[in-house]
Amino acid sequence: MKLTSNALTNSDTFRANRKAHLDLLQIAQEAALAAASGGGAKAMERHVGRGKMPPRERVANLLDPGSPFLEIGATAAHGLYDDAAPGAGVIAGVGRVHGQDVMVVANDATVKGGTYYPMTVKKHLRAQEIAEQCNLPCVYLVDSGGANLPNQDEVFPDRDHFGRIFYNQAQMSAKGIPQIAVVMGSCTAGGAYVPAMSDVTIIVRNQGTIFLAGPPLVKAATGEVVTAEDLGGGDVHTRLSGVADYLAEDDAHALAQARRAIGNLNRRLPDSVVWQSPELPAYDPDEILGVVPADLRTPYDIREVIARTVDGSRFDEFKARFGETLVTGFAHVEGCPVGIVANNGVLFSEAAQKGAHFIELCSQRSIPLVFLQNITGFMVGRKYENEGIARNGAKMVTAVATTSVPKITMLVGGSFGAGNYGMAGRAYSPRFLWTWPNSRISVMGGEQAAGVLATVKRDGIERTGGSWSAEDEAEFKRPTIEMFDRQSHPLYASARLWDDGIIDPRKTRDVLALSLRASLNAPIEPTRFGVFRM
Amino acid sequence: MFQKILIANRGEIACRVIDTCRRMGVATVAVFSDADRAARHVAMADEAVHLGGPAPSDSYLRGDAIIEAARTTGAQAIHPGYGFLSENPDFVQAVEAAGLVFIGPSTRAIRAMGLKDAAKALMEKAGVPVVPGYHGENQDPADLEAEAGRIGYPVLIKAVAGGGGKGMRRVDDARDFADALASAQSEARNAFGNPSVLIEKYILQPRHIEVQVFGDGHRAVHLFERDCSLQRRHQKVIEEAPAPGMPPEIRKVMGAAAVRAAEAIGYKGAGTIEFIVDGSDGLREDGFWFMEMNTRLQVEHPVTEAITGIDLVEWQLRVASGEPLPARQEDLQITGHAFEARLYAEDVPAGFLPATGRLAHLAFPDWARIETGVRQDDTISPWYDPMIAKIVTHGPTRAVALRALETALVDTEVAGAVTNLDFLIALTRHDGFRNGQVDTGLIARDLDDLIAAAEPDPRARALAVIGLAGLADPAVKGGATLWQPLRRTISWDGGDALIEVLGPGAARVTLDGTPHEVRWQGERWWVDDTLRRNRIVRHSAGVSVFGGRTVTLVPLDPLARDAVAGGEALTLSPMPGLVKSVHVEAGQQVKAGDRLAMLEAMKMEHSLTAARDGVVAEVLAAAGDQVEAGAPLIRLEEEETA
Repeated sequence: MKLTSNALTNSDTFRANRKAHLDLLQIAQEAALAAASGGGAKAMERHVGRGKMPPRERVANLLDPGSPFLEIGATAAHGLYDDAAPGAGVIAGVGRVHGQDVMVVANDATVKGGTYYPMTVKKHLRAQEIAEQCNLPCVYLVDSGGANLPNQDEVFPDRDHFGRIFYNQAQMSAKGIPQIAVVMGSCTAGGAYVPAMSDVTIIVRNQGTIFLAGPPLVKAATGEVVTAEDLGGGDVHTRLSGVADYLAEDDAHALAQARRAIGNLNRRLPDSVVWQSPELPAYDPDEILGVVPADLRTPYDIREVIARTVDGSRFDEFKARFGETLVTGFAHVEGCPVGIVANNGVLFSEAAQKGAHFIELCSQRSIPLVFLQNITGFMVGRKYENEGIARNGAKMVTAVATTSVPKITMLVGGSFGAGNYGMAGRAYSPRFLWTWPNSRISVMGGEQAAGVLATVKRDGIERTGGSWSAEDEAEFKRPTIEMFDRQSHPLYASARLWDDGIIDPRKTRDVLALSLRASLNAPIEPTRFGVFRM
Repeated sequence: MFQKILIANRGEIACRVIDTCRRMGVATVAVFSDADRAARHVAMADEAVHLGGPAPSDSYLRGDAIIEAARTTGAQAIHPGYGFLSENPDFVQAVEAAGLVFIGPSTRAIRAMGLKDAAKALMEKAGVPVVPGYHGENQDPADLEAEAGRIGYPVLIKAVAGGGGKGMRRVDDARDFADALASAQSEARNAFGNPSVLIEKYILQPRHIEVQVFGDGHRAVHLFERDCSLQRRHQKVIEEAPAPGMPPEIRKVMGAAAVRAAEAIGYKGAGTIEFIVDGSDGLREDGFWFMEMNTRLQVEHPVTEAITGIDLVEWQLRVASGEPLPARQEDLQITGHAFEARLYAEDVPAGFLPATGRLAHLAFPDWARIETGVRQDDTISPWYDPMIAKIVTHGPTRAVALRALETALVDTEVAGAVTNLDFLIALTRHDGFRNGQVDTGLIARDLDDLIAAAEPDPRARALAVIGLAGLADPAVKGGATLWQPLRRTISWDGGDALIEVLGPGAARVTLDGTPHEVRWQGERWWVDDTLRRNRIVRHSAGVSVFGGRTVTLVPLDPLARDAVAGGEALTLSPMPGLVKSVHVEAGQQVKAGDRLAMLEAMKMEHSLTAARDGVVAEVLAAAGDQVEAGAPLIRLEEEETA
């Protein structure tokens, strides 16, 4: 049952792979660190000069010492808005307070005053979505000027815009998912509803403010001259208005109060799965960089990744001899039982049937699913269409879509076409979706897309008796190939929150473990599958 | 042999006596004050009798109550331990009048040694050398100079009414005597209004060497000497036996003198003859002088037990119950070398102020002899001597025994009260002491270095931060982050640090701007790539790092923010002590610097003054109150804020 690796860790290939992955990793890391530095040194200096803690230190001081932090959307808005909103101006992720998993959403006021760009809204909503699915208490560290006015059309009116934040708060509160707000700066206009809609609200004296209209707007509207503190400061809201519940002296005090509030929640992890004592993989996860080819087109055995991810490298492979391009089986990650569904080539009918079968097993047994996605798609061609690959593919997609067990998707290579659907792509609501720096995501490969477009064009030209030179065709295809290349890059994808973030492949196991543990805060409901097309 | 005895004492000595009694099959009765209801000596004894309030005068000094307790419980004898009633002849008389046996010398012997001058005269008669000096009325300069010549230079001229070094002159040569005398007399006249002086032999490098004697009322033996030169203001800190550099022939002469002294007063039981010894030029036959005799078991008796293999308490019981001396002089011999360190709850950097506190953590190495009257979670109260334990080591040579003492101290763990542990460790590492160059001035001379050497190093503090963060338990795995570690502040009472968890068992602690890499590797802590012998212990008072220099960090409640306000309106007791007097009452207007109250602690009076102008809102303590360090005494009304 223990997997045996065939990797030659001292080979040139191994070293070359490793180097290529490290180069890709560095690009992702630089983007992540740039996002983490927020609005830059000057803005940070101003922020700290006001007696405020840097936003990341706020998060750290809220969490337990040594707490993990499963940050989501670390490079959100990368390359968007002329890079004016690093990290989309908000920090979000799952950490622990008094051992309890919580979702933290912290505005970064060093980024345009913490105002909400479209991606800020999307990231905030994504964090809430995770919290709602995983039953995680939410802590909002609020320090935001509200909607970013130049982008108001993309942050205010639609369903998944600003208003959805408060809708989600109400919905989660109704489900008994605690909503806690710590007002550490502005909460103006719509933003005022974050603390107002929370179950428990803490506000920092002489620093946090909550009002529907700030002093300038009040003066313009009614002529009343009033200071921010008198209009909606901590003293006012804890003594007069009742909008906030606890008054804190400073950030550190407020965070301590938030920790106490979480400590008093009286929650426990539901008993959904049988945990084993964790065990490190027998093969060093660090070797992932060397065993996975740098070029997506080079095939490799996905078991090399599984061996470096699961406890003791032990893998109970299910139906190993059938539909071999899909690897399925049972394992443990940090003690948590998982069912692994991993691509090992293009999907054929048998593989899709096997995948659906395996997902049914995991659903029956309440075993969380881990998808290791590296897929160019389902097999095409007359033989396969005729034998009903769409029917078999639909079985797997139905199983993936309707299973109630938590799904965690790890994009370890290509994510193309319908393969994305069968392997729990974003549209299939996995609890978390992570991606490696070498991954690519698009409806099909750029080369293929350009080929499709060129064929249509050539048919048109040739139908009217014209001719099209190979050079002209290449010139025609180039922009499409380039566009696909750019848009399928993980940084492009992550910037738009198509995933929850790029990760270091060597941390695959850690990230899976944290994702699983976060997911298991919610009880696993019984599954009701849709109709399988037989 | 007695069937049951009462121990009229507390703390480590009561426990130590009970230990021997248990081994000898003698039942024990403990006595206790209100402060000691749950004390270790009470828990150890077969029976226990309550005496009264915590003040010694209400409990351990109440001879009548103690004798009554012995009668009620049917104890046949009373062991006095040391201190309290151990050298009180009236008590001995009362014990004997009650038909009980006092385990110790006779009233007569105690009285004979109780008056220092008479004792010296008695010793001189018995042929025991006493410190030469002149204490006479005659102040004629020529006569004084003649006396000085008789005593032998160098001599010390001291003002009779003196103190603080005023009117004191050291004279090394007869030629300088007249001038020195004149200036000493004039200074004494100015300072004290009394020009009278006395003359003493000046001892260049004084050592405190004492000889353990044991008598049965007829005959006495000596159990060799102890060197107690390592003292601070006459408080012994580390004792050893035998004395370093003691030639056998001098030991013989001193032992014989001590036996003569004991036999001269028909001494019964354990006693100690203290000598002052001139250590400036090796130990000489004519270089030691009788100081006084302690007619009881000494605190430092275990070092003698360690080198002789004799249980002195057993001897005390046997001789008191009528047996003759259990050994002859020729049966006694020295095996190896022994040290004893006195571990106290005291604040060394603050001037060795006695400290109090609940011992949140207490652990000793199991291979050393430990004499202690407290256990973990016991309290060191302000009522009694703040001794925590005596740590005794024995080895074949002085060097080995001293290394063992150092190791035993490093392996000792105390939290909840400040202690002199680090100071003791620094002493064991002092070059002069290691080389056996001891004298009573050593500690005073090198005090600053000894205290500085006891200061905790930042790497130990970095480990304490790890403990405070709850990351010391190796099972606690630092959680993963995606791209960079989280940087968190860890605060404690008196400071803070930044901590970044880098991975399982690895963290970076930034203290005072300096980062330290901490790793748990191979079941040991490493800081900055250096292996540490430290142990991190969490206890009820916080987190301590032991193993060398103890670092204790007391966590701050981050929620307790209101208490900070109004601090200066309160006058707090700076140390544990007794409120002697209160000079203000509620409603009284005071000015900054006005005296509010007097506190007596360490036998000294401390004046507590107003920190600012104001009106006394409340007086929170009354004269006669025993207060802890930090206790609020006077509260001023809040100031009007503009």
